[in-house]
Amino acid sequence: MLRLPEFNYIRAKSLKQAGRLLADLGPEAMAVAGGTDVYPKMKRGQFTPRHLVSLRFLSELRGIRPGTKDGMWIGAGETLTAVSQNPAVNKLFPALAHAAGSVSTPQLRNVGTIGGNVFVDTRCNYYDQTFFWRQAAGFCMKKDGDICLVAPKSKMCLAVFSSDTAPVLVSLGAVATFSGPNGLRRVLFDECYRDDGINFLTKQSNEVLQGISIPRPAFGQRNVYLKLRRRGSFDFPVLGVAAAMQFNPKGVCLSSKIVLTAVASAPVVVDEAAHLLEGKTVTRDAIEAAAEAAAKVSHPVDNADLDYWYRKRMTKVYVKRALAELAGIQLELEKGAVKPRQI
Amino acid sequence: MRKKAFSVIGKPLRKVDAMAKCTGDTRYADDIELPRMLYAKLLRSPYPHARIRSIHTERAAQLEGVSAVITGKDLPEKFGIMPSTQDEEALAVEKVRYVGDPVAAVAASSEALAEQALTLIDVDYEILKPVLSIEEALASKEESERIHSWNRRANIQKAVSFEFGDVVVGFARADEIFEDTFFFQGNTHLPMEQYCAMAQYGPQDKLTLWSSTQTPHYLHRALSKVLGLPMSRIRVIATPVGGGFGGKSDPFSHEICVAKLAMITGRPVKITLTREESFYVHRGRHPVKMWVKTGVKKDGTLQAMHFRSFLDGGGYSSYGLATVYYTGALQTVTYKLPAYKFEGVRLFTNKPPCGPKRGHGTPQPRFALEVQLDKIAEKLGIDPIDLRLKQLVDPNSITVNGLRISTTGLRECIEKVAARADWKKKFHQLPYGRGIGFAASSYISGAGLPIYRNEMPHSGVQIRLDRGGGITVFCGSIDIGQGSDSILAYAVAEEFGIDPADIRVVTADTDLTPVDLGSYSSRVTVMTGNAAIQACGKLKEILLPVAGEALELPVDDLEMAEGQLRSRSYPKRAISFAECVEKAEGKFGTLGATGSYSPPKHPANFKGSGVGPTPSYSYTTSIVELSCDPETADIKLHKIWIAHDCGRAFNPLLVEGQVEGSVYMALGEVLMEEQVFRKSGLHKYPSILEYKSPTTLETPPIETILVETDDPEGPFGAKEAGQGPLLPVIPAVANALYDAIGVRIDEIPITPDKILRALEGRLKSVSVPWFDFPPPIKWQPGDGVGVQQKS
Ligand SMILES: Cc1cc2nc3c(=O)[nH]c(=O)nc-3n(C[C@H](O)[C@H](O)[C@H](O)COP(=O)(O)OP(=O)(O)OC[C@H]3O[C@@H](n4cnc5c(N)ncnc54)[C@H](O)[C@@H]3O)c2cc1C
Repeated sequence: MLRLPEFNYIRAKSLKQAGRLLADLGPEAMAVAGGTDVYPKMKRGQFTPRHLVSLRFLSELRGIRPGTKDGMWIGAGETLTAVSQNPAVNKLFPALAHAAGSVSTPQLRNVGTIGGNVFVDTRCNYYDQTFFWRQAAGFCMKKDGDICLVAPKSKMCLAVFSSDTAPVLVSLGAVATFSGPNGLRRVLFDECYRDDGINFLTKQSNEVLQGISIPRPAFGQRNVYLKLRRRGSFDFPVLGVAAAMQFNPKGVCLSSKIVLTAVASAPVVVDEAAHLLEGKTVTRDAIEAAAEAAAKVSHPVDNADLDYWYRKRMTKVYVKRALAELAGIQLELEKGAVKPRQI
Repeated sequence: MRKKAFSVIGKPLRKVDAMAKCTGDTRYADDIELPRMLYAKLLRSPYPHARIRSIHTERAAQLEGVSAVITGKDLPEKFGIMPSTQDEEALAVEKVRYVGDPVAAVAASSEALAEQALTLIDVDYEILKPVLSIEEALASKEESERIHSWNRRANIQKAVSFEFGDVVVGFARADEIFEDTFFFQGNTHLPMEQYCAMAQYGPQDKLTLWSSTQTPHYLHRALSKVLGLPMSRIRVIATPVGGGFGGKSDPFSHEICVAKLAMITGRPVKITLTREESFYVHRGRHPVKMWVKTGVKKDGTLQAMHFRSFLDGGGYSSYGLATVYYTGALQTVTYKLPAYKFEGVRLFTNKPPCGPKRGHGTPQPRFALEVQLDKIAEKLGIDPIDLRLKQLVDPNSITVNGLRISTTGLRECIEKVAARADWKKKFHQLPYGRGIGFAASSYISGAGLPIYRNEMPHSGVQIRLDRGGGITVFCGSIDIGQGSDSILAYAVAEEFGIDPADIRVVTADTDLTPVDLGSYSSRVTVMTGNAAIQACGKLKEILLPVAGEALELPVDDLEMAEGQLRSRSYPKRAISFAECVEKAEGKFGTLGATGSYSPPKHPANFKGSGVGPTPSYSYTTSIVELSCDPETADIKLHKIWIAHDCGRAFNPLLVEGQVEGSVYMALGEVLMEEQVFRKSGLHKYPSILEYKSPTTLETPPIETILVETDDPEGPFGAKEAGQGPLLPVIPAVANALYDAIGVRIDEIPITPDKILRALEGRLKSVSVPWFDFPPPIKWQPGDGVGVQQKS
């Protein structure tokens, strides 16, 4: 068994104290919630903190409140199981319930939190390996080395953004509430990420996410999340499509947002989709065009499960299916071949 | 005469060790704790191919808490499972041959310290060019590209060639000739329990090794050889194995190292490998490229077959010598084949060594054969099931390559599975995207020969009767989860007419139990079962007359049932088993008996004929119904029907468990599992998260149909059930996919990207290299020794 290295475990008594501890201890400290990302990475030497500040027992991070004035509030410390099974979440945001419920396994969802999920480390087949393996491969720039092993010419780390819930939150226009040394700060999830496999978060390391609010305008939007992965459990997304659309009673699309996960180092918003769909009744052709646009901005590389040619190909199919589901359109299966000759 | 009705056999009884497993009482190797124990870790090579210039261990040895550090110099004696290919070292002496090859071992007071000590060992490597594929291995000429020096030709471990019957004539007689190429990617066993061993030396200069091993006897021999200790001073205890599937059948570096470290330190030493290390130890399924040429008449009857296989063996021989033969041995035992040529070669490459995995060397050719038959049937316009039914091998026959078939339930398996799956209504009739596929197969019930040549029995059982009526059964067999301990209890309980719960089974301890060769080649039920019956027979010869005397009845009128010895005609006239044992002990002294079993001699006697023979062949058929989304190539399995001729189900629950487990494992192999490497020779993803193995969510409903042929060679008629059922599932999935969307994927695993490429006509066919095989050994049926059919 891989063993956990030694570290100091500090149980924060309040949100404020957590922030202060993180600020005081500096780069050698990390926040930990459920620990389902942090601990395995410590065993493999990808994270090497001396101190862990645990957020696990903070009541300030708890609670799912559907009807606040800012919309629905979800405490960062709520487990993925709690989020995925919450009736209000299921009713209003089935995409979020599904995304949270599709993370990993039931056991991990029982301890893993939504706060940890939106900040889950970017992934790469050259990085998510043991110390022995990484040493044998030659370390990469994300940890202990200075080149990218996926694309040696790349100046940037190409590790893949792999959160399931983040793209849904971005698609719904959700807002993050951070508690930091300078008090509370509210920022759109859209602005929380940057396309850099190493520095993929815009927040300060001493900022703790207190909770998530999904604004009232999102309440009327249809939303969906489709996840591509090898198996029905365990697996991280190797492509995720979150889509949210608002329709008027006549079926005209008023707003539309498509967000991809696991195709870059940050969630990718398909900007063009809005132009293609908004103000129109959604037809098969419009869906096709939007899917085409999504495929253009999807750049999977050879560092995750399944062939990257295939993953790129699937962007279009998944976006098409996601939009069709929201628009209530039945897609016909394309027939690639015919049945073998009958006897 | 064979008994008609059974009291224990055939009942869905609970396994004798089931409760302990459920409650957590079972003590696996890693659960063992001993006073003053140390923990060991192995330093492994980060390079796939390198010469070791020097190793400096001084800094590690000086670390506080480190008790011993050893290197290859301390264990120079070579070993290996096969006597003729002893090319492994416990710790590499001159060269490392794959990433993960161990070079040094440390014993320390904690695992963390042992790990820290590893970082203080300095190894100076001279890096050599790695050989990473079949093609590269075949092309190696330079001395520096040679992975081993003992073999004759660079990187060719073994090349074999046979011709049975007249292949030229066979092909000349054929109306149509089919040529296809296939590739079966390597995969690993992935048992839940990782490798673990614990050693203790002393008192009295004796060594005890506990290990999660499938072959305690072979391990016993290897330890003796490498450590230079007589076998009489070594005790090997195989702990309950938390899954093996063939991966724990070799003697391993970690086992030898803890033994040596225990001898040096005088303290118990334990090692538990990580999941990553288990991927490096491997010994799993060989990647095999195959070329198959088959000639058939217009009616589909086979005339001749020429089969070539190229095995990517990895860095050491392991069981490879047997594997290369196995890729050619069992093509003949399902359908009549009048002429057959086989050529096979196993290559060394700088990757973890391949070895036996469930089905050992036969799933790859079976995949090729069954898919090709599907293609043949389509071309000839014959239903693939009808094509097979025309030419099934006969019971009590000898195949063209000299394998003796006793019973075969293949026809019944085909008919039953086709009826249950409603084959005739579905084949070619399902809508586009949905399909159904069929395949059949056969497997051995135990290898006919032991790993090392000897005249001794393959399995021994000793039974001791206790005054209180208790029965203890001793046998060297090891339960790897398949239920072999239960089998022993059931066999003895059946023979003595008592409840299996009243039997104590002591297994897999070389100090206490007679030798059984181990849990490999699906041999245990047939061999230990027969040995147990023999031992029971000897005791019955003592007990029955004693009962007869006490009851004043003739022995022929007595039966043993319900814990009694009683009159068949007046069942009320009875004495209890316990009372009879007491009387017998009073009369004859302490009661015990042994039984043993050796498989029948096989008819063929050419060089290489030792691989393939067995007391009996099991038969399996499978039908798979699936859907494939033509846009995403996502496969959804709807249902799998599988019929298995197990001779006789000792316990239908256990047989079904083995069948379902085999189906599950086959699905992993056909759809996702791949043991693959980067260009640097590093395993791509040695982790249970990224090495994709199916979950329960990917496993469809499985309908198991047991077929009983009451084989004369088997105990109560039983054959194997542990491996054979894996075989047909893989080609059945490939054939079903073709029925669903009209594309053939001749390459395992069948992943979505390959399907999409095939749908677009962009999937390349498998390339098979050229190789100059040696001239064939020729053999005809009738050339061999005669066999006596047991009745
Ligand atoms: C086998 C396996 C499969 C997995 N599959 C998936 C999957 O399919 N999809 C997926 O998205 N994830 C997956 N994960 C990753 C992980 O389990 C989840 O992302 C989980 O939600 C992380 O939550 P946690 O509370 O355990 O986070 P932790 O491990 O505690 O923390 C993760 C990161 O978030 C930071 N963090 C946590 N809480 C806060 C907060 N309140 N404020 C600021 N920073 C915070 C931590 O400092 C750390 O950097 C998988 C993990 C494993 C081991």
